[in-house]
Amino acid sequence: MFDDVRDLYSEAIRNHSRAPRHAGRPNVFDGSARGDNPMCGDRVTVFVRRGGTGLEGAGFEARGCELVTASADLMCDAVAGRGLDEITGIAGQVEAMARSGQMPDWVTQGCAHCDALEALQPLSAVHEFPSRLRCVTLPWTTLVAALGSDSKTSGDAA
Amino acid sequence: MNAISDIKPAFDVDVIRAQFPILSQTIRGKTFTFLDSAASAQKPRAVIDAMVLAMETQYSNVHRGLHWMSERTSDAYEGTRDVIARLLNAGSREEIVFTKNATEAINLVAHSYGRGVMRPGQAVLISAMEHHANLVPWQMLRDATGIELRVADITDAGELDMASVEAQLADGKVGLVAITHMSNVLGTVNPVARIAALSHQHGAKVLFDGSQAVVHRAVDVQAIDADFYVWTGHKLYGPTGIGVLYAKRELLEAMPPFMGGGDMIGSVSFERSTWAEVPHKFEAGTPMILEAIGLRAAIEWVEAIGMEAITAHEAGLVHHALNRLVAVPGLRVLGTAQDRGGVFSFAMEGAHAHDVATLLDREGIAVRAGNHCAEPLMRRLGVDSTARASCGIYTTPEEIDRLADTLVKVGEFFR
Repeated sequence: MFDDVRDLYSEAIRNHSRAPRHAGRPNVFDGSARGDNPMCGDRVTVFVRRGGTGLEGAGFEARGCELVTASADLMCDAVAGRGLDEITGIAGQVEAMARSGQMPDWVTQGCAHCDALEALQPLSAVHEFPSRLRCVTLPWTTLVAALGSDSKTSGDAA
Repeated sequence: MNAISDIKPAFDVDVIRAQFPILSQTIRGKTFTFLDSAASAQKPRAVIDAMVLAMETQYSNVHRGLHWMSERTSDAYEGTRDVIARLLNAGSREEIVFTKNATEAINLVAHSYGRGVMRPGQAVLISAMEHHANLVPWQMLRDATGIELRVADITDAGELDMASVEAQLADGKVGLVAITHMSNVLGTVNPVARIAALSHQHGAKVLFDGSQAVVHRAVDVQAIDADFYVWTGHKLYGPTGIGVLYAKRELLEAMPPFMGGGDMIGSVSFERSTWAEVPHKFEAGTPMILEAIGLRAAIEWVEAIGMEAITAHEAGLVHHALNRLVAVPGLRVLGTAQDRGGVFSFAMEGAHAHDVATLLDREGIAVRAGNHCAEPLMRRLGVDSTARASCGIYTTPEEIDRLADTLVKVGEFFR
């Protein structure tokens, strides 16, 4: 039973949803945004710490299913240390991958410093579950909103 | 645990099921187990055929064409009003207003009665178990007019706290009590006659959201003494796009129109217009003609089976389902109301409701998952979201068993 959902609930996804490394409100952040899926009640808040033209690090708080949590956690691994424009591009590619199941170039061709990007590949399994697509994309759209957020509206919790 | 053989169906469910073409399908090779009727019910052949037959043989606009076809279509459309008045035991057919759905019916009351008849300083009282449809229109009324919005609490068992209702009514400021007849999340059936009597003692009118209740119980609006009673056709095996507002005639007479346009007017000039008599005053524009014909077929089909038999069938399923679900390891069924219908919300330890629903779906079992358009209720119960199984006239004990057996496997999968 459930053989056809084992791709969706892969070991990688389960590990990140059960023991997320980036869950929790970080002590220091300079931008944040909240994303809601009113249809199902999922809610995720993404916290970002920006520096120069890039992102130093990100964290999240999620109230939702395994896919939301795993996607958010994998996302935080994948985007740390990257430029803001690059991250927006990756967010778009992840959404396209989740919709189509087609792997982006960085999966099919490989690239330097791309281990964390390649780790996103299990999220592609959601393409066979259209009603769950937004579980995977919600953290990413929220991240993009957080990157554009006004730093004065969030702060240093210390 | 109850054996399946202990349950005496009030009618032959196989005969009923054979009348629903959609139920014979398989989903990804699995038996289609439809346990989402509280969201929208499937349609029997009688409803499908009535709508197709109307389009093939008897269709025109209503109330305006001076020709044979329009007269026949008008008769069919207006005939549904008579059938609904009979179903609800309304005092007269003019007390039945057609709307798009229950949500629109509540919005109609919030707009026409709330703004047109109620006054600032008064309050609307709802409960903590309301669907967003019976919450948001009153928030909009509050924000536009200053009419207060109050909320009566529920008990941990998921029943309406009548002491809270009474306390909220005590100062005499509540002009309208708007409460669900049956919860779409907990299945709780509220004591509507008691609520109406209590409200009337304190000078308040009552509106009941009967979207779930009318499917499972005989509803007599005069016996309840409801001032307003709203429901929707698609949950009663009818088509989408048609809902019903019952309101006492003197209330409809006192209320200004909701929307303006054709069909709702007496006379029109550029200076002023006058309104049509009730109920047409509230039915602007070309109405849902085919949907009314389909709804009539649904009501007559339900009446032919008999509401008593339907209620008995559901009671057997509730008994069986509670026995089976409580035995699933790690499963918590929300709400333990004494009087309840065939709606079961549950949370599984260690598994989110969406993940549970996805796995059930892979076995062909359709349930709803999420907050069920009742976010404040979810907060009151201390859960983020639940999965919900709900029964219809075609639901069998075997389907409940399939759900319970699969939930055991789902629990093992996520453990």
